[in-house]
Amino acid sequence: MSLLEIRNLHATVEGVEILKGIDLTIEAGSVHSIMGPNGSGKSTLAKVLAGDEVYEVTEGAVLLDGEDLLEMEADERARSGIFMAFQYPVEIPGVSTKYFLRAAVNAVRSHRGLDPLDAVGFLKMVKERAPMVDLDPTLLDRSVNEGFSGGEKKRAEVFQMAMLEPSMCVLDETDSGLDIDALKVVADGVNALRSPDRGFVVITHYQRLLEYIVPDHVHVLVDGRIARSGGKELAFELEEKGYSWIEQGSACGC
Amino acid sequence: MSDDPNALLDTWAETSDYRWGFTTDIESETLPPGLDEDVIRKISAIKREPEWMLQFRLDAFAHWKTMPEPDWAHFPDRPWGPLDYQAISYYSAPKTDADRPKSLDEVDPKLLETYEKLGIPLEERAALAGVAVDAVFDSVSVATTFRDTLKEAGVIFCSFSEAVQEYPELVQKYLGSVVPSKDNFFAALNAAVFTDGSFVFVPKGVACPMELSTYFRINAMNTGQFERTLIVCDEGASVSYLEGCTAPQRDENQLHAAVVELIAETDATIKYSTIQNWYPGDEDGKGGIYNFVTKRGLCRGDRSHISWTQVETGSAITWKYPSCVLKGDDSSGEFYSVALTNMRQQADTGTKMVHIGRNTTSNIVSKGISAGHGQNTYRGLVKVRPGATNVRNFTQCDSMLMGSECGAHTFPVIEVENDTAIVEHEATTTRIGEDKIFYLNQRGLTTEEAVSMIVNGFCREVLAELPMEFAVEARKLLEVSLEDSVG
Ligand SMILES: Nc1ncnc2c1ncn2[C@@H]1O[C@H](COP(=O)(O)OP(=O)(O)O)[C@@H](O)[C@H]1O
Ligand SMILES: [Mg+2]
Repeated sequence: MSLLEIRNLHATVEGVEILKGIDLTIEAGSVHSIMGPNGSGKSTLAKVLAGDEVYEVTEGAVLLDGEDLLEMEADERARSGIFMAFQYPVEIPGVSTKYFLRAAVNAVRSHRGLDPLDAVGFLKMVKERAPMVDLDPTLLDRSVNEGFSGGEKKRAEVFQMAMLEPSMCVLDETDSGLDIDALKVVADGVNALRSPDRGFVVITHYQRLLEYIVPDHVHVLVDGRIARSGGKELAFELEEKGYSWIEQGSACGC
Repeated sequence: MSDDPNALLDTWAETSDYRWGFTTDIESETLPPGLDEDVIRKISAIKREPEWMLQFRLDAFAHWKTMPEPDWAHFPDRPWGPLDYQAISYYSAPKTDADRPKSLDEVDPKLLETYEKLGIPLEERAALAGVAVDAVFDSVSVATTFRDTLKEAGVIFCSFSEAVQEYPELVQKYLGSVVPSKDNFFAALNAAVFTDGSFVFVPKGVACPMELSTYFRINAMNTGQFERTLIVCDEGASVSYLEGCTAPQRDENQLHAAVVELIAETDATIKYSTIQNWYPGDEDGKGGIYNFVTKRGLCRGDRSHISWTQVETGSAITWKYPSCVLKGDDSSGEFYSVALTNMRQQADTGTKMVHIGRNTTSNIVSKGISAGHGQNTYRGLVKVRPGATNVRNFTQCDSMLMGSECGAHTFPVIEVENDTAIVEHEATTTRIGEDKIFYLNQRGLTTEEAVSMIVNGFCREVLAELPMEFAVEARKLLEVSLEDSVG
């Protein structure tokens, strides 16, 4: 059984169809990259998988470990193992990151039949994993994402991923706004999490990230459809020829 | 201070003469509805008051009769007046144990469930539910000495009635000195007919050795609809006082018109915290308490400090402006407020900071949360008098809306008559934000958990001002008050 199976997925927002029939199968242990021009529907795909109710699924099916994902609410999906690193993480004033994250970790643990972590156990885990993305631990005493720099937000997302140990990770432009050093740090963090029982969808606009997180498969999303799929070399080809190469390709129907 | 709640309860059980906050040999009498001079004379007689106390009441009453019922508050959905003041009974004797449930088994299980949700300590639940007190405390060993500790420190903490008997010179000196009996319609009514309340006097240089909280919270079960509280901190003294309780409180009287007066002498500090969870009425706005309260503190001495913190989640209508008159030089006032209106609840609340002394500072943090059909108004006045040089005020006024049927309104007024003043006002209005809820959902938290977290974060600065044990309960109270308001 595949980890995640997306079949003929259509989704609309405010009556406009954004996803126009996506088919994608992700095996545990593999990394899929989704590339595509701005506005092609990459974030929409990520949020539809995560269960954002702004989007309406009009057709198709999504299975996580064989279970009907679309039947579940967003929080259930998260507890079942879907994690999405947001392109634009929101700020939640007044809620300490530590407090929030411990609640999240324990929600997920409870779903897995594990005992909740007490403050000591939680801090131990934090100490272990914060260095994975070179995260300044004092950030955790601040409100969730509040006043974090762009880079800090992205690191915090990957750190949360490391804490929550999801089976299916969806990263939405985790590279955007990062300088090359920060990019390497974040990529190292993601690579450290790669494992045989975990799958990744890495959404990016640029090929740059894929030099550090080397994907098994690359898909190019154009206007709500996967216009082309290939191996990691597809990313380099895109870098050379630009998206117009594919857009034209798909426009002529080949 | 002992943090063992049992110890506090022991003492309370022990000091039986204070148990109900009334003088011991009170007649069990209930006056028929109606209000005239005769009724006031009767109340005063039942309480065996001295002549000056009766006169205070009669003066207030004479003036009250000339005053129109006010109608300026912003209650767009729920007109409340005029009330029929002749339909109210102004004195009823405290319930005897015979009228009360004998044990928790006789108490509505729903109520007990709510106590559980709010995390109210087991030992206190029976008392809160109104179980006959001997049944509650018979089994508790008599041990510590709450009152003795206070007495040793020289702190007076007793019912208002008791204070009138035991400390008439103190009461007479301070009563009505901050909220005059003619101050406003409801304050005048209270001055005429108040039945009881609390009196605190902290003498020179004494830091009150304990929070006046848990003790009061159980005692407060029997305070009436017209309470009167007077707290005086003499030079260099300090006290922290908490009224109310997170447990839902019902009362057959719809109108509550309390008066609270605080006086801080030179270098004195008073911290007054309120948790108000009176019956809010039902979904359709039927029933519920009208909570019309006058609260004012006078920073009389130099470098004195008064801080109000309130968490208002109950009542059909909340209408109050805990205020500070900053008379002493270098004195400071603070106001921290969370007001939550759900269903058909309405709140018009805020504060007045009146700067009279030099170098006086005030800080206002108001958090309004509206859900359901709730309407929430912040009304504030920052006034700087001509002689008040180098005044600083900062006001932060935030509103959060949940759903589309509710409303938030702000009416800040700033009157500055001295141009050395620096007065800052910041206001924000936000929707609770589907994006925030989704983010927390995506990390595995249910929508209820997410809302509770966001709301508590929104109120963090205010909750941080509450005494520790109540901050935890207040957080749960907000959560419980918002249950079912998101879907
Ligand atoms: N919440 C929304 N409301 C309206 N339009 C949206 C919303 N989310 C996405 N869209 C539209 O859907 C299209 C795809 O957006 P998005 O998925 O963010 O693209 P990408 O991530 O590939 O840049 C765009 O045209 C965008 O304007
Ligand atoms: Mg995007």
